[in-house]
Amino acid sequence: MKYAGLLAMPAGFFLTIAAIVLFPGAAQRAGFVLCGLAVEAMGLAVAVRGHMQLRSENR
Amino acid sequence: MTPLAPMPFPDTSFALTLVLLLIAPMAIAGLALVNVGLGRSRSAAQSLLGTLVVLSTAVIAFVLVGWAMASGSGRDIAFHLAGKSWDLVGAGRLLGMGVADASAREQLVLLFEVLSVALAAMIPWGSGADRLRLRAGAAIAAVFGVVVFPLAAHWTWSGWLAQLGTNFSIGNGFVDVGGAGAIHLLGGSAALAVIWIAGPRKGKFPREGLSTAMPGHNVVYVLFGSLLALVGWLAWNMAGALLWLNAVPLKLVVVAINTVLAATAALVATFLVTRFRFGKPDASLCASGWLAGLVTSSACSAVVSPIAALFVGLVAGIFTPLLVELFELVLSIDDPSGAVSIHGAAGLWGLIAAGVFSSQSGQFVAQLIGVSMLLGLMLPLIYGIFWLMDRVIAFRVDADGERLGMDLHELGGNAYPEFVVHRDESYR
Repeated sequence: MKYAGLLAMPAGFFLTIAAIVLFPGAAQRAGFVLCGLAVEAMGLAVAVRGHMQLRSENR
Repeated sequence: MTPLAPMPFPDTSFALTLVLLLIAPMAIAGLALVNVGLGRSRSAAQSLLGTLVVLSTAVIAFVLVGWAMASGSGRDIAFHLAGKSWDLVGAGRLLGMGVADASAREQLVLLFEVLSVALAAMIPWGSGADRLRLRAGAAIAAVFGVVVFPLAAHWTWSGWLAQLGTNFSIGNGFVDVGGAGAIHLLGGSAALAVIWIAGPRKGKFPREGLSTAMPGHNVVYVLFGSLLALVGWLAWNMAGALLWLNAVPLKLVVVAINTVLAATAALVATFLVTRFRFGKPDASLCASGWLAGLVTSSACSAVVSPIAALFVGLVAGIFTPLLVELFELVLSIDDPSGAVSIHGAAGLWGLIAAGVFSSQSGQFVAQLIGVSMLLGLMLPLIYGIFWLMDRVIAFRVDADGERLGMDLHELGGNAYPEFVVHRDESYR
């Protein structure tokens, strides 16, 4: 689960890069960049959750 | 102040930047003292010696290899996408060749980045206190000096992130004058990776009940280190403004005022939060708040107004003690130096706030793109590299070494030989 979260984070980054290339309009670009950051945040949350699960199993 | 293309560096700016960069290592000294004070007495000497080892390894690795990738010379490797050039990596000379013949500005940039890589590499060392082995710290520093920091530094200060303004009309491009991203957010991410890989200190999270409190062994070191860090931070932020924004020396006073305001506002906020939460102010958390304020100033001090700097510091001072508590009690993250909160979270907030309070339209999006790179690309990359390294050089000391203390186990002697060794929490 931790690794799945960490792997999802670069996907968010590439979404951000796509926003720079695909959208010349400021509003659309900002929206897409925020979506990319949201994906990264979700990936981080999943990684943290995975870490907590591992810790509780190892206690 | 807005970023400009590099231009001839006036003699006054050169002299001023050089003097400031000679004062900037005070920030490193201050953070080293904070890290030692927040660790346990039986690992104090290993912690401080480790800081020197980490600094030395990171600096040597950077000058021999990393500088070639980080330098923003005209020979950079770029690719073209959507009709624009994306400057990916520097293509300078290895082994520090050409440094003596470089321009005055390039030499100052090298000095700034040498200090930056040293500071960035010591952040994860503090988080691994009491269980991270010296050779693991040195290996982490080498990776920082060779790959991780050069990439982040190049993108932030001269590569595609810095060029977002000229290439895509996104504000002034990613602006990070004092290294809130390339130093602190990067260091905070590495700290998180180290904590995840090395695991918590023995006895920190017992099978039953709440986590065990393992307070720092010398709060005087922590508080004095925080004061020392302010001196270095003032110099660091002003040198960054001269180098990356081509600021005129007259504008530097505002940078200094903003730095002080961010730190002091953060301290007041943390003081009040801990006073409210625990009935009395917590000294080590107040130091964490102060440092978090300084970290936000790394991003903001040269690009926002004094009142905005004060607000940014205030917010950092509020969330830092709460995050320290959340990470430890809820998320099972054993971070003795609080680096994930102080450097990671405050760096992130500072970068975003620099966009929010900037007068330049589009700057907010530029800052978000920078944050996205540092968080979404660098954290998984750092974790992956550290995970592989841990297979080869075990990061964590063995159980017996942890019980003895890192001083005895790794150095053969204690930092305070006349002191009574405290009881071991791991036998709870």
